[in-house]
Amino acid sequence: MTTATGTNPHSTSNSDHAALAGKFNKDELRVDWHDKTLWFIRKKRDKAAWQIPEWEELREIASQIKNNVLSNLRTYLLEFEEKAQKNGITVHWASDAEEHNKIVYDILSRAGINKVVKSKSMLTEECHLNEYLATKGVEVIDTDLGERIVQLAGEPPSHIVLPCIHWKKEEIGQLFSEHLGTPEGNSDPQFLTAAARIHLRQHFMSSKLAITGVNFAVAETGEFVVCTNEGNADLGVQLADIHIACMGIEKIIPKRKHLGVFLRLLARSATGQPITTYSSHFRRPRKGQTMHIVLVDNGRSERLGSPDFRSALKCIRCGACMNTCPVYRRSGGHSYHYAIAGPIGAILAPGLDMKKHADLPFASTLCGSCTNVCPVKIDIHDQLYRWRQVLTQNGHVGFLKQSGIKGMAAVLSSYKIYQFAGSAGRWLLKYLPFSVNNRFNAWYKQREMPKAPDQSFGDWYKGNRKKKVEKIEN
Amino acid sequence: MKVALFIPCYIDQFYPQVGIATLELLEKLGVDVSYPEKQTCCGQPMANSGFEHLTGTCNDHFIENFSGYDYIVSPSGSCVLHIKDHLHSVHRESEAENIRSKVLELTEFLLDILKVENITATFNHKVGLHQSCHGQRGLKLAQMSELVAPGFSKPETLLNMVSGLRLISLDRKDECCGFGGTFCVGEEAVSVKMGKDRIADHVQYGAEYITGNDMSCLMHLEGILKRQKSSTQVIHIAEILNTGS
Repeated sequence: MTTATGTNPHSTSNSDHAALAGKFNKDELRVDWHDKTLWFIRKKRDKAAWQIPEWEELREIASQIKNNVLSNLRTYLLEFEEKAQKNGITVHWASDAEEHNKIVYDILSRAGINKVVKSKSMLTEECHLNEYLATKGVEVIDTDLGERIVQLAGEPPSHIVLPCIHWKKEEIGQLFSEHLGTPEGNSDPQFLTAAARIHLRQHFMSSKLAITGVNFAVAETGEFVVCTNEGNADLGVQLADIHIACMGIEKIIPKRKHLGVFLRLLARSATGQPITTYSSHFRRPRKGQTMHIVLVDNGRSERLGSPDFRSALKCIRCGACMNTCPVYRRSGGHSYHYAIAGPIGAILAPGLDMKKHADLPFASTLCGSCTNVCPVKIDIHDQLYRWRQVLTQNGHVGFLKQSGIKGMAAVLSSYKIYQFAGSAGRWLLKYLPFSVNNRFNAWYKQREMPKAPDQSFGDWYKGNRKKKVEKIEN
Repeated sequence: MKVALFIPCYIDQFYPQVGIATLELLEKLGVDVSYPEKQTCCGQPMANSGFEHLTGTCNDHFIENFSGYDYIVSPSGSCVLHIKDHLHSVHRESEAENIRSKVLELTEFLLDILKVENITATFNHKVGLHQSCHGQRGLKLAQMSELVAPGFSKPETLLNMVSGLRLISLDRKDECCGFGGTFCVGEEAVSVKMGKDRIADHVQYGAEYITGNDMSCLMHLEGILKRQKSSTQVIHIAEILNTGS
């Protein structure tokens, strides 16, 4: 049995989404700022989408391509492996996060390298690669500006596309003055970016190995595509002797021609840009360079076998569902306590560890905005609903909630009990307001209770319509 | 045409005037409408909490009450969507299927079935429309802002027929209010913040009333408005459509 803690008796722990979101909401002005910043991006996305008259058709095509990929994943992966090997890329297969991390470390240690530059990769976040490599004495420098900021702050990203969206520029100025020696009080974005550029350049120049993520891998050609706005992936790779690209196996697409569909959708959905500044194709190592790709499963095959949840694997990590989510905007990415926050994180995380992430599918009103903004049409809010059923049936819901719902089921299945409970409930509201309106009532904390009417609609109907009918009949 | 009136449990218990307005409105429009008196609830509070497996008897009870009608009409988009998506029965599945196809939210029934073109109602107020998510995105009562598609809104079409009513525009026309069933207590902080933000949007454009198709969302907003001692009130769309005739 879980016990209620904190200020909200419905919250089951001090570190679940409700509790963490409660903490985030202690500073309402910050919540307003966070909400408006992300809503601004949602509006930019709308503007960009409306410039493509065939936007909905494009989403449908993307969805169908991804459905085809999921149904033929093995074939495409083997095709990719064969082509990539022919191109001179070393292909590795990792069944889980641990194996992925070991493969990366093996390459590093064999080359005698203890410092790497890494561009943004949500997969390496999912696998906790940085933490793993730190235990082996390897320094990882995240080169995406937002990721570098949260790395300096010792935090995980709070958003998959905008890792430091929860940081204000004044706070970044302070952080940089502590870590990069910039003058205190200077929070000019252009100045801070230039300072980061100088700082990162030293690491780019001195790193012999670069790690990147993968946005798309093309089965037909054995190449992969990395999308960034800062060119940091390219700079890292071009200056390093060894390139390791890490990708989840679902990132495969059949043919090069399909890229056009996804590149049009990705940046528009993510930030409202027509396309990312860099969409770099990596096909074969340049002379003297070694190129590796690590294909990671980490629960994806299992997910593929689940009809209810497999379509979450269609995700292209654009983050549009986060920007549109009214709950995410007002609870912050860290309240999801998983590498991928927001609605998509809430359907991915329980698949990896049901117990640890049982709270996340409940961190939603099921408003459905995520599903309709998703460029590959993942039925996110329906999956949240289905996860709730799975979690409950696997015993991951508190005893108090369970017994309450069982009582509710009994009341609502019988008219007699319902009628009795209803009149008792209204009576309670009307005559004993303090028994309901107390500090343990989460509704009443910031809201008034509804006013209790003298009679229910059912009672009114009996008195006002049934009599008429009887009179006519008489 | 025989129509059954489906009154959600919280309307029955806390907002009987919404049920009365719905009934009177349908009667005025000449609909042969009756209220199956032993109805209780659609089962959504349990199902959305992850207990769909406990809704079996509740579902059978719903089928028992609502079989045999041409249409089932309800002043709630959310409860109608739940029935449409989740009403099933081990022993009476064909009846359940029939009900799923015949249950309609009030405004879609008025426009799509009755083809109402005029409403003799007067409401001399500035009104903000809260598009509740389940009705809007689930039942498609109005176009959602996420899609690149032509706009429409069934509740707005009806409100525009009401004499004297001035509909305000909003900065975020279809953002969720944060009610979300048990979400409103389970995620109290975010729920209230969402509600406060929705209210602020309506109030900044001078709304005297906030209306909508779902009393549950309005109950949540009303709770916050009253705590704020705001002069803005909530009113169900059926109450507006049933006024001043």
